[in-house]
Amino acid sequence: MRTHRWFTPWVLLVPALVWLLTFTVWPSLNTLRLSFTDARPLGGDAGWVGLRNYTDLLHDSQVWSALLNSVVYMAICLPLLTVLPLLVAILVERKLKGIAFFRTAFYTPVIASAVVVGLLWTWLLDDRGVINNVATALHVLQHPLPFLTDRWLVVFSAISLTVWKGLGYYMIVYLAALGNVCKELHEAAAMDGAGTLRRFFSVTVPAVRGTMFLVAILVSVAALRVFSEIYILTGGKGGPGGEDSSLVMLIQQYAGGFYGDLGYASALSVLLFVVTLVPMLVLARINNRSER
Amino acid sequence: MTAVAEAPRQKRRRTPISEAGTGEKVVRYVLLVFVLVITVGPFLWELSTSLKGAGEDIYTTNPQLIPHQPTLSNYAHVAQSIPVWRYIGNSLIVAALTVAGNVIFATLAGYAIARLRFGGRRIVLGLFLATLVLPGEVTIISQFVTVRDLGFADSLLGVALPGMVAALNVLLLYNAFRMLPGDIDQAAIVDGANVWQRLTRVSLPAVRGTLAVVAIFAFIQAWDDFLWPLLVITTPGKYTLTVGLQYLSGTFVSDKRMIAAGTMIAFIPIAVIFSVLQRYFFKGVEEGGVKG
Repeated sequence: MRTHRWFTPWVLLVPALVWLLTFTVWPSLNTLRLSFTDARPLGGDAGWVGLRNYTDLLHDSQVWSALLNSVVYMAICLPLLTVLPLLVAILVERKLKGIAFFRTAFYTPVIASAVVVGLLWTWLLDDRGVINNVATALHVLQHPLPFLTDRWLVVFSAISLTVWKGLGYYMIVYLAALGNVCKELHEAAAMDGAGTLRRFFSVTVPAVRGTMFLVAILVSVAALRVFSEIYILTGGKGGPGGEDSSLVMLIQQYAGGFYGDLGYASALSVLLFVVTLVPMLVLARINNRSER
Repeated sequence: MTAVAEAPRQKRRRTPISEAGTGEKVVRYVLLVFVLVITVGPFLWELSTSLKGAGEDIYTTNPQLIPHQPTLSNYAHVAQSIPVWRYIGNSLIVAALTVAGNVIFATLAGYAIARLRFGGRRIVLGLFLATLVLPGEVTIISQFVTVRDLGFADSLLGVALPGMVAALNVLLLYNAFRMLPGDIDQAAIVDGANVWQRLTRVSLPAVRGTLAVVAIFAFIQAWDDFLWPLLVITTPGKYTLTVGLQYLSGTFVSDKRMIAAGTMIAFIPIAVIFSVLQRYFFKGVEEGGVKG
């Protein structure tokens, strides 16, 4: 039985395909092309410059500090955001009175804009903000800590912001996975006298292992793509001497204005892509090997 | 209905694992409240700051959550300093275009791939899947070049355009349509329904949950986005709310009360929308709407 004419699927697909080709497929090819040119933000003819943008990258100290920031960012976010949201998901999985309220509340930081959240934390972490004030009043700190102006404290502040904002998001991802954990297995383990900790490691973790790898990949790639957190916490400056800038912040800086350099920004984009491939490939490999 | 819903719960209560003792319940609630304070506390502190009068010391080492002289004057000052209503309008225009584009075009494409047979179906699906590996920031520079060459630089349409069809949403709807039983189409075909009638009357009502997730996420993403509008818009009058907010904080750094009021203006609408729609969101997630 003929269910549709041959062109019907294509008619339905046209808008989505046009969008995909115009705003994703073509730009990704064009990024590579632009990275060999000296294109300017305001248009005009772009000249071919060969590998110059890439050789400039290697000698740019800002690129190296951005890469260092990225590695530190990823190294801290990865364990925290792979484990903490799982624990929170287990906490809200049980159907207690008012659990829907807690789930929604824990998700609040996710729906807020990174700009809103960044400004919120700028106020909390201010030299005279509530965190410094309370910590000095309780004599936890002798002097207020310069959370927003110190080279490394800025990075750690941005990391805590990322972890705080990501908690609810990955909690939901884990919550969907926990639904598939075999209840009988849990009960059998409990009957055999396995404690909470034991059940967590021998029943829950193996059951959500695939999801943990997925979350680990999402967290690492997100950490390498960080922009708004650092941008807002440092007022767009990237900390002292711009040393706290992330790769995406550098891309943004070269993208605009009369002095912008889209060719160099494109070379940075290609670098960003290569860097995000690393954790994806490494984690996928570990996952494959441990499955065997 | 009640009896059906009640039965499994009672059955579960008899099993040892699901029976939370009073002690365990107390521990769970204590932990829930602890996470609640961490996730929602900063928002409350910002709200409190935005309501404090000029005569109230906000830098005190003895912080008070409840304002002594509650006032809305900080909100009025925000409206006097930046055209906040226009920024809200700009953000709404971008968000409306993004939601409409994703709901309509991703539905059409997802339906075609999931429910219609045609040559090249797998290639199309693969194309949408492949773009997921690509972080958006990697192509943002050449996306900007594309939008500029199309003549949409410095316009709200230029801000909305690339996000109007997201590959992820096409895949989410593809997944939802694919899960529907095959018989429902057969019955409609026998009745002589064409593709359009089958889509709008048979399949679409069955994927409402996923559609809600797509719409909510599209709205949140457009409303919260910062980097892209920051690149595209150069005229202050065309700023979206997030860019305007960053502009406000850069210009009036001295008054934390005003910045707090500005962040609340950006946050409260999305918080209200989300809390009204959260039921559909979490239901959609349970249906498999979000898989990372």
